[in-house]
Parts: sequence; structure tokens; C-alpha cells
Amino acid sequence: MNRVDELFKKKSTNILSIYFTAGFPALEDTLPIMKAIEAAGADIIEIGIPYSDPIADGPTIQDSNLVALNNGMSLRKLFSQLADMRKEVALPVILMGYLNPVVQYGIEDFCQKCKEVGVDGLILPDLPMNQYLSEYKPFFDKYDLRNTFLISPQTSEHRIREIDEHTDGFIYMVSSASITGAKSAISDEQLAYFERVRNMHLKNPRLIGFGISDRASFKSAASYSHGAIIGSAFINVLKAAKDQEKEIIAYIKGIIND
Amino acid sequence: MIKVDENGFYGKFGGAFIPEMLYPNIEELRENYLPIINSSEFQKEFRYLLKDYVGRPTPLFLAERMSEKYKAKIYLKREDLCHTGAHKVNNTVGQIILAKKLGKKRIIAETGAGQHGVATATVCALMGMDCTVYMGAVDIERQKPNVERMRILGAKVVPATSGSQTLKDATNEAMRQWINNPVDTHYIIGSVVGPHPYPEMVATFQSVISEEIKAQLLEKEGRENPDLVIACVGGGSNAAGSFYHYYNEPSVRLIAVEAAGLGVFSGKSAATTSLGKLGILHGSRTLLMQTEDGQVVEPHSISAGLDYPGIGPVHAHLFDTGRGEFIAVEDEDAMVAGIELSRLEGIIPAIETAHAFSALNQLSYNASDIIVINVSGRGDKDLETYIKWGNY
Ligand SMILES: Cc1ncc(COP(=O)(O)O)c(C=O)c1O
Repeated sequence: MNRVDELFKKKSTNILSIYFTAGFPALEDTLPIMKAIEAAGADIIEIGIPYSDPIADGPTIQDSNLVALNNGMSLRKLFSQLADMRKEVALPVILMGYLNPVVQYGIEDFCQKCKEVGVDGLILPDLPMNQYLSEYKPFFDKYDLRNTFLISPQTSEHRIREIDEHTDGFIYMVSSASITGAKSAISDEQLAYFERVRNMHLKNPRLIGFGISDRASFKSAASYSHGAIIGSAFINVLKAAKDQEKEIIAYIKGIIND
Repeated sequence: MIKVDENGFYGKFGGAFIPEMLYPNIEELRENYLPIINSSEFQKEFRYLLKDYVGRPTPLFLAERMSEKYKAKIYLKREDLCHTGAHKVNNTVGQIILAKKLGKKRIIAETGAGQHGVATATVCALMGMDCTVYMGAVDIERQKPNVERMRILGAKVVPATSGSQTLKDATNEAMRQWINNPVDTHYIIGSVVGPHPYPEMVATFQSVISEEIKAQLLEKEGRENPDLVIACVGGGSNAAGSFYHYYNEPSVRLIAVEAAGLGVFSGKSAATTSLGKLGILHGSRTLLMQTEDGQVVEPHSISAGLDYPGIGPVHAHLFDTGRGEFIAVEDEDAMVAGIELSRLEGIIPAIETAHAFSALNQLSYNASDIIVINVSGRGDKDLETYIKWGNY
């Protein structure tokens, strides 16, 4: 069974997904970071495929992309690092990245490789729904990969319903009209949007991401949804870490443990 | 037929590959732009401003000394005589009226050479709109006069400091800021690039160039169609405007001139059709200079306006179908051509434009041919580059 499906079957609150950029801060950090995220008790691992032109990302993730590329990270390299990950990592793994590297790899080869190494789902922010349905979905289905679309505060109700219909993992609620980046607090306006979407009773679970950075913002977002995604704030932890494993575990425990 | 389909594709190129956060913005534009720009109210204001503000129609000038040297009848379409000194303003006038009709309060734009930034800052001043222009830090250095022009006009110029710090990075930054300001802000893209409907919309505003060429050539030569039309291609807006009414006239050769930088295969080039593969950049599927891994390659051209790793989807389609002929011109040859035009016709062209002129050395044609070259912009902004090059 797909690990994303399995997770949402047994857990529906306070799900924590952690994003990091593959190849950051060091090229070979991918597996150690994954293992630490799992040991700390998070629920989903989201691995960013670095890209030269990340148009939905703020300075923190732009920077981690650049460092990763300079370290020599590539999609091929990433797949080779993930080849044996299922011996050591049990959590659902999702790859997140921009479309162009995937197109260059070849969409079917890419999906097949994801399946082979044990990736469970994909988030490709610049893959539009109509293109997904006409060109990509058959491969996602064939290789049992869950697809996640994003919605934002500006997404119309009609569009959210459409996205819900064609999503089969979870819906990624972008927390505000914004690119990625750690913010301090969640505003009333954002809470109203979380509430509005909650009341739509969508068939898919919802995770809230962008700007979630600490225990308070995680708990607040998670109280309106199935959980939340932390990216930039985690990258900042990695950037500053002296003892990577210890600090990853401390950071994540600080968010989820009561 | 060269025509965009309802999903924004020219053949296999185009579309709208954008993060969902931009979908409402793009959808608002897609639904509204045709009804607005086809309305008589819009057309009246657009035509009025093109005439009395931009100074259109721009002349079609018979370049006699060039004609003599290159043994053909060469006409120059004088877009350099547009207000602000380049064709870019045709598009910004159209988009600012559109932005007003959409109820937008703020404008953002990217710029490479600064010509599009100046043209945007200009129409924002004219309409009393708040204006922020993103510009690569490298371009800010090499196009200083345009940076100051934008500031004088009241625009805020924000350096893009990521990547190669040129046009593609400025475009990334403008897109990010549009994600951050999705409701009250209109993004005026400066070329026939970006997600649908931008490429077709910008081409429509620039199509006034070939509309005028047709009428002017009819008057001067008794025929609407030249044998060749030549234009330089960065993203491809001046070329699209020059080709637009000739797309479906197979007797007219459409010559698109790209920047080869230090040489097409030197690793310092912006010759997209020679080096690019199918990819996705700034929201459209097009030819793109990239690595095996799908990372965008940092381009190089001596001219900031051609320093872009992709081309508009319509040009990828012209290339793919063979309807367009693509030529690559190196930095040095462009500079020489710029000086030559200055000496033969008394016109100092923008270095972007100079690339189009250098193409004459690579083309074969007949002595009886009528050639129209689009003089996309004037060279004032490039004086420092000319001076640094110094070979005149
Ligand atoms: C004078 C001039 N010509 C050409 C260009 C290239 O743009 P496009 O290919 O969109 O015409 C520029 C861009 O800045 C320009 O300033």
C-alpha cells in the first residue's frame, strides 16, 4: 500500500511534514537527514529537487537550491542516494520540485524511478492541472504515485473543488499569498481562510505549508487541518546546525511533543 | 498557420506552467484580455496614445547607403524613434490601459537592458501608477543610464541578486513578487514570454509594427510584402511584432537573429535555437538552454536585452516548423554592425538591434529583394558599452 494512503488512514491530526533540499548543506546529507527526521517522530519526508530558477521560493530555499547545485546535486544523483533508502526509512517520502528537471529526465522514467526507490508521492508546483490530466496522470497512476496540488487564499471555491477531485494524496494549502519563507505568526486573515477551506469538507486531507516555522504556528495551522509542512525554518536549522542529527531531533521534538 | 490555440500553445510550445498561486492572476488576464483589448474604448485610447504619446507611425526609411553596400533594397523600420527609444513602449502602453481596466493599482515589471523598465516606468508616470522594476544586479551595472531614467520617472528599481543576476533572474523575482501581491498588482512582462496569455498579448500589442510596415511598403513600393523581414530576438517581442502580419504570408522570409555571445559553442552565448532543448521557463514550454539535469544555463550576450536563456514560444514554433530562419551573431560582429549603421545612415542602434544588422553578412538573397530590418531601439543606453569596446 502507498505509504501516504497508509499514513492518512491511521492518523488525521497533527501530521508533520518536513521539507529539505536534497544536497544541502552537504551533498551526502540526504539519507542522514531523512533518518533524523524519522527518528524525531515527524510523519512525512518531503525532499526538494534543487533547481536553478525556483520561482515559488523565497531567499532561504533559493539559497539552499543554489548550494545544493554547487555541491553537485542532480536528479540522477538524488535517485542514486535514495536507491537503498527503504532499508532505513519507513516514512512516506514525497519529492517536490519544479517541472523542468523532471521533463529532462523524462516523465515516465522519472515516475518509474520514483516507484523503484520507494517514493510515494510528488509535488510539482508548476505542473498545471490540465497538463497533469492530459500528459502526466497516466504515469503517476501506473507507478502508484500520489499527486498533490497546491491551493492558496486566492484559489476560488470552484477551483478548489476541481483540485480536490483530481488530487489523490493530500491538498497542500499555501498559508498566505506568498512565496516560501519562515514567518513569525499566523494572522486572523489566514485563520479565516483555513476555516473557510475546512468548512468545504473536501475528500482529501489538507496540510498547510509556507511560513510555518515553530510549535505555535504548527499547532495553530494543524488545528484547522490535518497537519502542516515546515520548510524554510527547517532549512535554517540545517544551515546553523553543528551537530546535525541532534539538532534536527531537538527541533522536531520541540514542535510535536507536549 | 501560425496561431495560438485556446490553451495558449503554438504547436507544442507555450501553455501556462505556473504555480497554483499565480493561477487566479493568469486566469483573470486570460478571461479578460481579449474582450478588453477588442473593445472600441480600449482601441481608441491605445491608438490615441500610440499616435500622440509614442509618436507612431514610426517611419519606414529607405537606407540608401546600406542598400548600396549590401546590394538589396533595405528599409529600416524606425522603432528607435518611439518615445523612450525602443519598441518596448508599444507593449507597455497596451498593458497599462489593460491594467487600469482590470482595476489594478500597482505595476511590477522585469527588465534586462532597462528599455522595458523605462517604458514601464514611463507609462506608470503617465497614468499615476505605483511602479517597481526588478533588474539583475549585473544589468544595473551595465545599463546605468536606464536605471537613472527609471528613478527619475518615479519607479523603484530593485536588484535581482540570484543566479546570473540578469534578465532571467529579474523575471524570476518579478514572478515571486506577483505571487506575493496577487490582487492589486499587474505584472507587465516585457517580451513574448511567460505563461499564456502573455506571449500572444504582447505580440498583439507589438503587431502594430508589421501593420505599419504593410501600409508603408504599399505606399512606397506598391506591395505590402517585403522579401525578408529581419529582427533580433531576446525574448522575441520586436521580432514577433515585425513578423506578426507576415506569419501566414509564405513568400516573406522571417529572419530571427539571436545573440551568439563569444561564439555559439563557446559556453558564453545566448543562441537558444542552436543550444536549447524543449523545457519550461517562466511559465511556458519552449526552447531553453539547459544542462542534462534540466538546470537553466546562464546565458551571455554583450547586449543585456538578448541575454536570455529561452525564446518566446511563438519563435520556438517558427524554428520548429521552419517558418522562421534563425541566425546567430557574435558580440564582436554585432558591435561592428552597430558602428557601420552609425556611419552609413547616421543611426546609432541599440546593441540588441545591431545583431539584426550583422545578419546581412550571413544571409543570401537577391539584389532585387526588398529587406525590412527592424531598428528595435536606439543606442544611447549602450554608449558605455560602445566606449568600452572602443573600436571606432
Ligand atoms: C532595443 C532592444 N531591442 C531588442 C530587445 C530584445 O527584446 P525582444 O526580443 O523582446 O524584442 C531589447 C530588450 O531589452 C531592446 O531593448
